[in-house]
Amino acid sequence: MLSAKDIRVSLGKTLVLHGITAEAQPGEVTVIVGPNGSGKTTLLRALTGDVPFAGQVHLNGQDCARLRPWELAALRGVLPQASVLAFPFTVAEVVRLGLTAAPHAGRPDLVPRALAAVDMAGLSTRLYQELSGGQQARVQLARVLVQVWEPVVDGVPRWLFLDEPVASLDIAHQLGVVRQMRDFARRGGGVVAVLHDLNLTAMAADRVWLMDQGRLTGQGGVAGVLTDAALERAYGCPLRVGRLPPQGGWFSLPQAAGAA
Amino acid sequence: MVALDAGYPLGDRDAQARVAMIALSVALVLTAGLSLSHGASGVSLGSVIQSLATGEQMAARDRLILWEIRLPRMLTGVLVGASLAVAGAVMQGLFRNPLADPGLVGVGAGAGLGAVVAIVLGGLAPVWVTQAVGYHLVPVAAFLGGWVSTLLLYRVATRSGRTSVATMLLAGIALGALAGAATGVLVYIADDRQLRDLTFWGLGSLGGASWPKLLAAGPVMALALVAAPFLARGLNGLALGEAAAHHIGLPVQRVKAVAILTVAAATGAAVAVSGGIGFIGIVVPHLLRLATGPDHRFLLINAGLAGAVLLLLADLITRSIIAPAELPIGIVTATLGAPVFLWILLRRRGMVDL
Repeated sequence: MLSAKDIRVSLGKTLVLHGITAEAQPGEVTVIVGPNGSGKTTLLRALTGDVPFAGQVHLNGQDCARLRPWELAALRGVLPQASVLAFPFTVAEVVRLGLTAAPHAGRPDLVPRALAAVDMAGLSTRLYQELSGGQQARVQLARVLVQVWEPVVDGVPRWLFLDEPVASLDIAHQLGVVRQMRDFARRGGGVVAVLHDLNLTAMAADRVWLMDQGRLTGQGGVAGVLTDAALERAYGCPLRVGRLPPQGGWFSLPQAAGAA
Repeated sequence: MVALDAGYPLGDRDAQARVAMIALSVALVLTAGLSLSHGASGVSLGSVIQSLATGEQMAARDRLILWEIRLPRMLTGVLVGASLAVAGAVMQGLFRNPLADPGLVGVGAGAGLGAVVAIVLGGLAPVWVTQAVGYHLVPVAAFLGGWVSTLLLYRVATRSGRTSVATMLLAGIALGALAGAATGVLVYIADDRQLRDLTFWGLGSLGGASWPKLLAAGPVMALALVAAPFLARGLNGLALGEAAAHHIGLPVQRVKAVAILTVAAATGAAVAVSGGIGFIGIVVPHLLRLATGPDHRFLLINAGLAGAVLLLLADLITRSIIAPAELPIGIVTATLGAPVFLWILLRRRGMVDL
């Protein structure tokens, strides 16, 4: 279980997270949603220890602040929002970096399998810098997947922390990432992700945290949290759940992909 | 999937890097032999081997030239070349910038200031200091200058256990400028003989190599060279950025601290024995990255080998081109290195991501 207790983050004198207390379960996908600047990414970065914060984060009952980097790396993989790479590594070399401190470091055979999981098989010899932004994002996801390849080891669940994993992807690969998240949770691991797209959130999430101005305003199942009223309050925009466009016209929902 | 599972992952360049390592080792042995057998006097490696094979005594003069002049010079060249190239590779990994170099963060400037202080103000030093360090005053001062500037830089750039790369880079520029200004004042008050010493020290040379100097600086360089390969995994991870390096399980602060110490030791000691020899630290790692990839597990070792080969070759050129006189080696490395560097930039502008 991931448990966050009274997380506060300030940038300069401004408090950007006002004491967040929340829980996420292994075997579930937890998605953090909210408008721009609501503190979604800051919350995820506090959960992964990337920003200084007050409060406590426990992962599988252990205080994250007391774990060493390699102990944390064996428990969780973290995908940041933007990834830069300093030197011209090939795709396979980047993914292999995920194995650096993993308990299964001696299994380079996982590299092509992780690349296949993000639909990048066959591109392993390409230089990372020559790829498009979306392809680079998928390589980084493969690097994180290879680090926590088995969602449960010795009965202990492992975790994926993903900051906007679908941001620069086309719709087919967005659906692919949603499948990877669902699959990881189905096999017993825990997933915590920041997503912008509410439809993909509905497809991916077992549990939603709705953020608004640095506060957690809703926590629970998709239908219970993402209501007309809650969305209108958070986003300042009269969203309507489950309604077709009144004038008809073109639309295509990711949920309908593959439907007859 | 079946086919993928069956094969070893394609796409890494480990095999090429291993081949390069073997080729560079062979090249180092060859250039070292060439360096021993080539010189202003007529002693050749052939005559040495012949004397060993036939059991004849070598002429005393020849033995003196070989053991007291050429051997320490060759060993100094190997250690200095390897140290400069490895210091460059480590620094570039640390700063995640292929153009970072110990000269950039003030380590070279600090070492230079130390040397200039010794040359210009050495006569004012207390007698016990002069007696203790003897004619090593310049190298010892250069070494201390490099260390002090690195430690100072580290204190400025590190806050509550975290080093900001940007702060360190900017602080390095400031420290370099400060050291340059202090050096300028000293040059201004120097007399003619000192100016000549300064100029030649600044251009760099292996000409002054001797056993005492080698024994003073060699162990420090050797220590840095042995420590560097242990940084390989850490520097590979840092290429992803500090946060990602932490998340793949690396002790980032420790990696950075050890990298800084390694750079200071290698650069300080190298500058101390040979003065300012430029471009080895930037050209060697760069060429190796293009040839066999940026994986530091191989890059750090190959850079050491290639740096040694390159410096020995440059030294051979300095000794042959206007024999029996010598060119300062810094001129040769800059003349060879700067155009190569510009050529790399022009060809790979998009790739190096400046």
